[in-house]
Amino acid sequence: MADITFKVFRFDPGTDSAPRFDTFVAPLFKKGLTVLEALFYIQEKLDGSLAFRASCREGVCGSCAMHINGKYRLACETQVSELGSDGVIVQPLGHLKVLRDLVVDMEPFFAKYKYIKPYLMPGSPSPEREWPQTVGEHAKVMPSIDCILCACCHASCTVTATDPDYLGPAALLWADRFARDSRDNSLDERLRLVDQLHGIWRCHTIFSCQEVCPKDLDPTGCIADLKRKAMKRKLFGH
Amino acid sequence: MKYHDVIIVGGGLAGLRAAIEVNMHNLRAAVLSKVYPIRSHSIAAQGGINAPLGNHPRGSYDSWERHAFDTVKGSDYLADQDAVVRMIKDASARIFEMEHWGCPFSRTPDGKIAQRPFGGAGFPRTCFAADKTGHMLLHTLFEQAVKYESAAERGEMKIYNEWIVTSLVVENGVCRGVIALELATGKLEAFKADAVIFATGGAGRLYSNSTNALINTGMGMAVPYWAGVPLKDMEFVQFHPTTLYGSNILMTEGARGEGGYLTNNKGDRFTANYADSRKAMEVAPRDIVARNMTTEILEGRGFEDAYLLLDLRHLGEEKIATRLPGIRDICQKFLGIDPVDQPIPVQPGQHYTMGGIDCDKDGLSKVKGFYAAGEAACVSVHGGNRLGGNSLLDTIVFGKIAGEHASDYVVGKADLGAGDKALEDALAREEEKLKKLLSSTGSEDPSVIKEEMQKAMKDDVGIFRTKEQLGRALQRIRELRDRYKKIRLKHTGAKYNYDLMWNIELGGSLDVAEVIVAGALAREESRGSHFRRDFPKRDDEKFLKHTLAYYTPDGPRLEQSNVNLDHWAPKERKY
Ligand SMILES: Cc1cc2nc3c(=O)[nH]c(=O)nc-3n(C[C@H](O)[C@H](O)[C@H](O)COP(=O)(O)OP(=O)(O)OC[C@H]3O[C@@H](n4cnc5c(N)ncnc54)[C@H](O)[C@@H]3O)c2cc1C
Ligand code: FES
Repeated sequence: MADITFKVFRFDPGTDSAPRFDTFVAPLFKKGLTVLEALFYIQEKLDGSLAFRASCREGVCGSCAMHINGKYRLACETQVSELGSDGVIVQPLGHLKVLRDLVVDMEPFFAKYKYIKPYLMPGSPSPEREWPQTVGEHAKVMPSIDCILCACCHASCTVTATDPDYLGPAALLWADRFARDSRDNSLDERLRLVDQLHGIWRCHTIFSCQEVCPKDLDPTGCIADLKRKAMKRKLFGH
Repeated sequence: MKYHDVIIVGGGLAGLRAAIEVNMHNLRAAVLSKVYPIRSHSIAAQGGINAPLGNHPRGSYDSWERHAFDTVKGSDYLADQDAVVRMIKDASARIFEMEHWGCPFSRTPDGKIAQRPFGGAGFPRTCFAADKTGHMLLHTLFEQAVKYESAAERGEMKIYNEWIVTSLVVENGVCRGVIALELATGKLEAFKADAVIFATGGAGRLYSNSTNALINTGMGMAVPYWAGVPLKDMEFVQFHPTTLYGSNILMTEGARGEGGYLTNNKGDRFTANYADSRKAMEVAPRDIVARNMTTEILEGRGFEDAYLLLDLRHLGEEKIATRLPGIRDICQKFLGIDPVDQPIPVQPGQHYTMGGIDCDKDGLSKVKGFYAAGEAACVSVHGGNRLGGNSLLDTIVFGKIAGEHASDYVVGKADLGAGDKALEDALAREEEKLKKLLSSTGSEDPSVIKEEMQKAMKDDVGIFRTKEQLGRALQRIRELRDRYKKIRLKHTGAKYNYDLMWNIELGGSLDVAEVIVAGALAREESRGSHFRRDFPKRDDEKFLKHTLAYYTPDGPRLEQSNVNLDHWAPKERKY
């Protein structure tokens, strides 16, 4: 069993004057060991004060996004062996306030998501059975609906770094997801929310969000889609 | 002290649906959840949700009677038939409602909600959104909750993220509220409410080989149990046939529903060799397939004595990519294999908790104002074995019903806002307990206790059970409970103390584990998921009864209660 050295970001803003890295050595105790399992090993066996979030351990709940060896990713679906190094460096998500160690304040991130009205607005009363939707219409909301709101994109976004009020890739992806839904009938309202100083036009199409997305989604493309819709509306009124 | 009309503990499907209902009744609803709602275990549900919509040509004659009968038969007749009928009659309306709220269900060529076959039904009845149905449903409900968080036309909707409820406050048989710990600060707080709904999910993590999220510790069942509410039918634990070898991540039943094969080391589709799965083959009910797989492995026809193969190759890349993308992604990320060209190594693993907080078909427990819904509850609509696709249905049907009844109860309640004294006393007790735990200088390492508990449950309280195994497990769990009293925490800080959180939960896990083992030992028959090698037959005379477990400091006191058989007389369960 080879040993792996973990350098983990530590910070308690209430008591520490500055963040630090702690070094832990953990054995590669099972085949396919994930970074999340290693963090649990550290918490349970070496240092109980280490704080990090986790729930599903299978890459679907979005709890465990963090910065691992140079990239934002989900700790639970990142195997130590695939990092190709016997040193692992773990840091919290960027552009969000550290509350303790790897736990960051998600509220500003969710506030942006809530701002774009992330729910269907059909504009007419519901039918008795399902709204009809063709396979093709349904395909238009895919794959955006796979977003798990993990905030990897938010943390990697260079525009978010300079404009904290920028709505950011996740919220805009959701705005686009609803704008694409054949059952939705509120495009004006949706565009009004995102066609603004801190909205779609801020995106510089650098694709960092798309590069890190653990679900392989394309927020940059979604933002471009909203830009097109907004332009069309301005030029042709529809 | 905080005050809301109705407090809902749990932000999964059942909890959010209940909260939305309370909010629709213009009452003040608050959701307390130890994780952000969309991090709840519901997010992981894959395959789908059942309803007799009849959208598939092969299922066009489906009806509530058929769906209800399949559910009752699947439950090995332990489900309460009045409750099952109620759930199924409400099923289609709830699915359409989710669709109207925006849930992106997969579609049929003519634009309707698509349905796929699942175990226990002879034709396609399971509505789905690719293989991420739980994700799509939970996001949809979260979206509705977000919508009404800020809407003036409805009651208040408040979500407390990352609060863990440690105690239920009951005064003279009336529920007064809860005590909860805020993870961010480490502070305990009393929450007064006129009604409380628990939707805290399952208890999979009592086992080391579970498909459940890590947060499914069973603590949410322990809290009402400690307060005097019985737990029901806890010995019924579902083992899913196909979980990924090693990590036990679920490979949805939908994979077999779409046509996947199960094969042994001889390359045989072995389900054909067992009387109870000969006809339905891979889509026989879960308990049957899981048992037959275990027999294959025990008799040496598995791989490395541990797993079998789930073969999807013949489905072709397109079907796998559109119908089972999540499965493919998990295989690629966790095993480095692509099911398009390699079979998937699978083994049975703990999956679902049929038992739970005892409540009636309105979600009401024996305590006034205290309700339960979803996997944490036992109404019972799943009896001895839950059909795949029925538990997502359970969450939204009974989430709504519990919300409705709790709201009506609050509207008609005379002593609104009572119970300050009981809550203050309970808060003081919890603070004392917390202080003791944080300052304990014992010698026991709680992580070792957890591992030993999970191993004991996996080894001796699994798919096949005997008196000897269960006796051993009971003794083991009791020893661990004693050792738990002497644990020492590794961290005593206040802010985001996860060492504290996980180990508070461990106390709950141990008591719930004990109830499972005690119930399994007492039930000297085989029914549904509960298979006793020493009592291989179902015994309706003695055991067509629910098991109720009441908390006492020396371990659970067991009682039986009647099963509702309004519609169908029990028959032998054959497929
Ligand atoms: C991998 C997997 C796949 C599945 N697929 C299907 C499927 O295809 N079809 C189907 O019908 N069923 C499926 N199921 C079952 C189904 O997903 C669950 O039964 C259902 O989602 C449970 O929902 P719930 O709302 O009851 O609980 P959960 O979603 O588990 O939510 C529980 C909530 O309670 C909170 N909580 C718990 N304890 C406390 C506490 N003490 N204090 C505060 N908060 C607390 C948690 O934070 C969480 O928000 C699947 C299950 C698994 C494991
Ligand atoms: S723990 Fe859920 S995404 Fe990692």
